[in-house]
Amino acid sequence: MKIASYQELKNWQKKCQNNKNYKINVLVCTGTSCLSSDSQTLVEMLESALESHNLQVEIKVIKTGCFGFCGQGPMIKIEPDEITYVKVKVEDIEDIVENHFLKNTTVKRLLYKEPGQTKLLEKSSEMQFYKKQMRVALRNCGEIDPENIEDYVLNDGYFALAKVLENYSPDEVIKIIKDSGLRGRGGGGFSTGLKWELTRKSPGNEKYLICNADEGDPGAFMDRSILEGDPHSVIEAMIIAGYAIGANNGLIYIRAEYALVTERLRRVITDARKYGLLGKDILGSGFDFDIEIKLGAGAFVCGEETALIRSMEGFRGEPDKKPPFPSQAGFRGKPSNVNNVETFANIPVIILNGAEWFAKIGTKKSKGTKVFSLVGQIRNIGLVEVPMGTTIKEMIYDIGGGHPEEREIKAIQIGGPSGGVITKEYFDTQIDYDSLVEMGAMMGSGGIIVMDEDTDMVQIAKFYLDFIQDESCGKCTPCRIGTKRMYEILERLVNMEGSPEDLNSLRTLGRIIKDTSLCGLGQTSANPVLSTMKYFPEEYEAYAYKTKKTKYSIDPKKCVGCTKCAKACPVECIEGKIREPHIINESECIACGSCYEVCPVNAVIKP
Amino acid sequence: MKNKIMDMSTLDKRLLKELDDYINSLDGDKQEHLILVLHKAQELFGYLPQNLQLYVARKLNLSSARVNGVVTFYSFFNEEPVGKYRISVCMGTACFVKGADKVLERVQDLLKIQKDRISEDGLFTINDVRCIGACGLAPVLTVNDKVYGKVKPNDVDDIIRYYRGLENENS
Ligand SMILES: Cc1cc2nc3c(=O)[nH]c(=O)nc-3n(C[C@H](O)[C@H](O)[C@H](O)COP(=O)(O)O)c2cc1C
Ligand code: SF4
Ligand code: SF4
Ligand code: SF4
Ligand code: FES
Repeated sequence: MKIASYQELKNWQKKCQNNKNYKINVLVCTGTSCLSSDSQTLVEMLESALESHNLQVEIKVIKTGCFGFCGQGPMIKIEPDEITYVKVKVEDIEDIVENHFLKNTTVKRLLYKEPGQTKLLEKSSEMQFYKKQMRVALRNCGEIDPENIEDYVLNDGYFALAKVLENYSPDEVIKIIKDSGLRGRGGGGFSTGLKWELTRKSPGNEKYLICNADEGDPGAFMDRSILEGDPHSVIEAMIIAGYAIGANNGLIYIRAEYALVTERLRRVITDARKYGLLGKDILGSGFDFDIEIKLGAGAFVCGEETALIRSMEGFRGEPDKKPPFPSQAGFRGKPSNVNNVETFANIPVIILNGAEWFAKIGTKKSKGTKVFSLVGQIRNIGLVEVPMGTTIKEMIYDIGGGHPEEREIKAIQIGGPSGGVITKEYFDTQIDYDSLVEMGAMMGSGGIIVMDEDTDMVQIAKFYLDFIQDESCGKCTPCRIGTKRMYEILERLVNMEGSPEDLNSLRTLGRIIKDTSLCGLGQTSANPVLSTMKYFPEEYEAYAYKTKKTKYSIDPKKCVGCTKCAKACPVECIEGKIREPHIINESECIACGSCYEVCPVNAVIKP
Repeated sequence: MKNKIMDMSTLDKRLLKELDDYINSLDGDKQEHLILVLHKAQELFGYLPQNLQLYVARKLNLSSARVNGVVTFYSFFNEEPVGKYRISVCMGTACFVKGADKVLERVQDLLKIQKDRISEDGLFTINDVRCIGACGLAPVLTVNDKVYGKVKPNDVDDIIRYYRGLENENS
């Protein structure tokens, strides 16, 4: 069945509505995190339990993308009541079917409680984690079956495309996107509308529209979650963008590690073709557009747009000098427009709700919302979408729930291997493109790593540099050799073989690499080191002057004398009587950390 | 004089046929699909030995240097055989701050091999990956496609014992 006009799409939506004769939907999160906790088995067990009670005609089990609250997964949400069960295990399914569906009583023990509180929350919208969030790019994630095109159409899917093809010229589309103030979510924050305009104006009638789904920042998974939870929204946006810039060919460049997502994308693309939403004469408009998938093969630098294009052409993914920009000469030397997954996910809603609606969200120069992956030493690990301008404090305390063991959070790292740290004194900073840059960090793709008082900032910097020098493509010397030298210095420092001069060398090298590297990878590679050096000089000095403590110790004021640490210590170097403070014999301690892990009252002090 | 590692006659004919069929099924400029073809070749053969690279080069009418250049650039491609059970320890940032380095160390100690190496019995290879998108479960380790979350160094013993057990059952 091909849908050939706006009206036909409308009719189809009505038909989908009528097809939906289930009274109850059971949404089960099958995002990567929950899948790893066996949510697939939950789905199968739910289905067979419902069938054995002959309930499958009224109740439908839907596998959705990520709900975002990964720390409480696997989660199950039952609509229309929105009752949400958390940390559901295989053993709980019986109980849910027996009580919730047959007896109509809520299974209280599976409801969520805020930490330290006793009140049971029935609905996900009552949870602190969701209260300050605003889901625009993630609007359908966790709400629909991502592979069911009818679910997407029911949520007004492909209506933005139909509206565009029926009512707007390409220039009008570009104006809407420009007026919305949308900036690229892949890191650079360049105006999306302006980029489209540049590519549209580039001479030539063969142009390419590229979706960057390389998601290289380690510790970030928002693009994956969007593609997994709502792939049609990206497809729809790509068609709209193709129409706007004058391209008939779309390409998605996706990381090799995302094999399941790739399979899903292929199925979804086939479906869209079947309904005439991709291919020739889309929705009867005369506009042709199709999408091809290109696979990456594990190289971080391929997220950089010129490297990405080389890789799509079947070469080593080495960046090229800009200009020429991809909008002038990109894939196959033709004008090409590269946008990030999350950037695309915003497009259909902007078209449907209007530019002003979008421009009202956020701050003066950063409009709309941003998706972050919130990880590290934080209670509510997960995927979070907030309006630009939300403060770091709100992010980590209101949404993130603070530290899981109430230790002090000393900093966050934002922007991945190109980014920097922001310390607790600055947690009132509003998160938007410009204020982060002012702080010496950057938005990057939206990975936020929360670090507590025990995190060793020199080790963190070393970790990022290890990543960078591993991923440097080697094309230019400052990046290839320079990051290696920096890494060696850091290694020397943490092995207590360094000297105070090393700190100066780090700064100088960092500056040179920044100024002389060809691509963004090299230019930003020193950021994690320079930024931690700026805010935590004492941690570097402790290594450089060899005053760094390396052994564990016990705070006698906190120790309750439970003996757990003494039992756990593999070299038996902890002494003390029961219910009396224990002492570590530091000369024998091998710094294995076992005592630290087992202590119930956090009395063990990490070096 | 025939170079042994370049000898293509030792490659499995049935798998080569499958690879040929795949290459023939690709639309458009085949050279542009080099990376896709290498993915397929690795999926079929498990890794990309030199003679297989040469085969792909001939098939796509590319120089073998170009093919090797691409294979060595991308970390996803292996030039060495990989174990039946591929243990990947996530070294993404979320996992790192939760102690993934200790997990990796433990795996290496237990199997007595370094990362990117194959164990003597050919059963295991270890490598590190950068974020598999399950940061909520950090630290994370995968064995082939199975994901293990919140892994403590001590859990590694059980995991490896489990796969060794599978082997003993089989034999
Ligand atoms: C080293 C490096 C890695 C990058 N990785 C990514 C990435 O994984 N995903 C992404 O969308 N953009 C990445 N970028 C940014 C892209 O070059 C490009 O600016 C972006 O995809 C444009 O899309 P946007 O305007 O929608 O943000 C990276 C840039 C650099 C320098
Ligand atoms: S800066 Fe680094 S990654 Fe970028 S081109 Fe130069 S060597 Fe390659
Ligand atoms: S760190 Fe390890 S060796 Fe040192 S005291 Fe604690 S348990 Fe013993
Ligand atoms: S585990 Fe903690 S409280 Fe118990 S004896 Fe050791 S230091 Fe004291
Ligand atoms: S950092 Fe390990 S799964 Fe994301």
